Amino acid sequence: MSASALFRTACTGRAGLPAMARHSKALGLLPSIQAALFSGSGSAPRKKVMFPGALTSEYTHDLRFASSVESIPTYQVMDTDGRVLDAANEPHMSKEEARNIYKNMLILNAMDQILYEAQRQGRISFYMTSFGEEALIGSAAALDSKDHVFGQYREAGVLLQRGFTLEQFMNQCYSNEKDLGKGRQMPIHYGSKELHFQTISSPLATQIPQAAGAAYAMRREGSKQCAICYFGEGAASEGDFHAGLNMAATLGCPVIFYCRNNGYAISTPSIEQYRGDGIASRGIGYGIDTIRVDGNDIWAIYSATKAARKIAVEQNKPVLIEAMTYRVSHHSTSDDSSAYRSTKEVEDWSKRDNPISRMRAWLEGKGWWTKSEDAEVTKAAKADVLRAFAAAETLKKPSIRHLFEDVYDQLPPELERERAEIEGLIRKYPDYYQVNEFAK
Amino acid sequence: MFLRPSLSRAMLLGSRSSSATPRLAPFLRPQSRGYSSSVDSSVEPIRGLDLGVAHSKLLLRTVASMRGNTELQAQGVSEGDSKKMNMCQAINDAMRHTLASDDTAVVFGEDVAFGGVFRCSVGLAEEFGNERIFNTPLTEQGIAGFAIGMAAMGHTAVAEIQFADYIFPAFDQIVNEAAKYRYRSGNEFNVGGLTIRAPCAAVGHGGHYHSQSPEAFFAHVPGLKVVVPRSPIQAKGLLLAAIRDPNPTLFFEPKILYRSAAEQVPTDDYVLPLSKAEVVRAGKDVTVVGYGAQMYALENAIQMIERDMPGVTCELIDLRTILPYDADTVAESVMRTGRLVVAHEAPRTQGFAAELAAEIQERCFLRLESPIERVCGLFVPHPLVFERFYMPCAVRCYEAIRRSLTY
Repeated sequence: MSASALFRTACTGRAGLPAMARHSKALGLLPSIQAALFSGSGSAPRKKVMFPGALTSEYTHDLRFASSVESIPTYQVMDTDGRVLDAANEPHMSKEEARNIYKNMLILNAMDQILYEAQRQGRISFYMTSFGEEALIGSAAALDSKDHVFGQYREAGVLLQRGFTLEQFMNQCYSNEKDLGKGRQMPIHYGSKELHFQTISSPLATQIPQAAGAAYAMRREGSKQCAICYFGEGAASEGDFHAGLNMAATLGCPVIFYCRNNGYAISTPSIEQYRGDGIASRGIGYGIDTIRVDGNDIWAIYSATKAARKIAVEQNKPVLIEAMTYRVSHHSTSDDSSAYRSTKEVEDWSKRDNPISRMRAWLEGKGWWTKSEDAEVTKAAKADVLRAFAAAETLKKPSIRHLFEDVYDQLPPELERERAEIEGLIRKYPDYYQVNEFAK
Repeated sequence: MFLRPSLSRAMLLGSRSSSATPRLAPFLRPQSRGYSSSVDSSVEPIRGLDLGVAHSKLLLRTVASMRGNTELQAQGVSEGDSKKMNMCQAINDAMRHTLASDDTAVVFGEDVAFGGVFRCSVGLAEEFGNERIFNTPLTEQGIAGFAIGMAAMGHTAVAEIQFADYIFPAFDQIVNEAAKYRYRSGNEFNVGGLTIRAPCAAVGHGGHYHSQSPEAFFAHVPGLKVVVPRSPIQAKGLLLAAIRDPNPTLFFEPKILYRSAAEQVPTDDYVLPLSKAEVVRAGKDVTVVGYGAQMYALENAIQMIERDMPGVTCELIDLRTILPYDADTVAESVMRTGRLVVAHEAPRTQGFAAELAAEIQERCFLRLESPIERVCGLFVPHPLVFERFYMPCAVRCYEAIRRSLTY
């Protein structure tokens, strides 16, 4: 089944009668519908309710609670060995494009390994890796480069695919004078106006209603662009998730909500995070076209995102993608996941279903990649990362004036006073304030 | 749940005078229940004084008085056409100017499309279309987040929170997102196009959840601007300034003034300066500072003081912007008068008056003749039937100014 067909399966409300009928069946209401239809003369139609809040509902005489619907299927293009299961679903992708995507997966992996170690050595303060979730890059490859990204924090792969350079990653993690964020946020809080990637903020799910608003603005511009909003299944418990999806659905916003369901929110497993059929089932509740995909299958992600983009931009409405994956990494460098899950569980996962090896197997099957290239690319990537890393490490921290700027467009008087006070202290106690570490 | 006082109730506002000391008592007229009467109960003569918004000399009711306003003169609108407007109409007029002059501007919130529960957006959907003036679901955090997203795209988002009492679900979006958007991105992005309007403050019958003044919560946050207007002319000029200001701005509208305050408002487009206090009445003996609807209680208190203490004159300052606020104008005044009284409706503890008192104490320490007085709401949830006791009314302000002058 193609991705767009699956969207239709999961579609509710506006999709019209077929979806409704499926729902009735799923809710176990079909027998009562039949009873109503064929009772008495056998031709009396079931009566629709008149209430404004549920215009497609019909009366029933069965006292029955709706508790579950059929589980939403998980769209897959290739199996865990990289074999395409239905040739019709294979994405149209040039050799160069496909190789470039795969290289970015390897580079992301290499960067994560080095920066993770750098944090362990105390050279940067914090880091978050994407181990096990590298297939996310497939979503970025499916977007237009001017679509606006509202990320959560584990979307470095999206930035890499968009062209954020290793130097830019390193400068941010080092909070040095070339950091676009001017050293004001913890590592991995990337952002780039040039790449249409809104700066990451730590509070979870706040980006969800923001992405809806941004999408509404893009719709008004008539630019045929959309927003994509990434978040985890844990963030989907926040009020902002529900606010954002409801706003986007009711206001017709061209936005792709992309849930990275990686099984864990720090230590809390998804079974303790929610009930019901995952995050996808919430999308249907909000009347949003929804699909669940194999989040370790880069082509399933790619195709679903491409189809979602088409719906969003052409029909001006939101789409929800729930990508099922597994967080091989610890939550962050402040977390040791062996405290709440066995290392064997993690090892088994990365052996059984690894997005990188799946993609490599696919490329090899096409004759577009040889095993030896893996080592070459990884080696080169590590060398590039280390070079960028070493350069970033030698740069100074941003100028102290950036402490005061950008709170407002201009410095208000109280901030001018505070700046004067701090500058006086810096002159008086330069050693304490380590002024030589900062750029002029 | 969102209770909506009927419009007729919103128009009829509680009294600002009170049963008071024996000295004042003989002059107080027995009150009818203001909220069930068709009489403006804020009008209550105390020893021959006509009190309340309806009789305020702060309001520029005539063309001549409007034309004498130097800020309107500076904007070049004082000699142009003008129209009698109440504060609701003036806010509506400001949004109309915004929508007409800025194609990216949108106005939205709960029940905004049909005109809003206070009617501030009435007629806008008909004039500018449902794509620009629209209802949202009941979700304050969603409204704020949505507005931030639009502003991040460089659009002008004028969002309404139906009552300031309901702004707290949006606290995270406003404090952690809007306020930090420019700073945290190194100026890669900003949400300067964001303005959030919310009706605030007491209305005589609003109880806990239709009466609060939450400005101090937001006045603690670098990156935000917070504005409270006192009148129609002020509301129009300050709202247009807030909308066009390249920083996220909260605009708290004292709902008691929507209909009770009317002025001759220039029909042209104009802005009044943010972060600039206004000396609305010059005086030499004590500086009295407030903002929003509190200005009228302070005006009345000053009238009573100047009558009871011949020769005394009080300087009355409207702060207008709460963040970043204009401490210079207040300090300059206190350096002359040596005395300061600050008043606001929100509770005194950790309130904005504490900030102003601390700042002025630092700047004017050697000039102060008496302790700085704060006249504020009591440290209780806004109490429905006890509102008269809760309020920093003219009587309490009078007492505080008197204490300051006789210390």
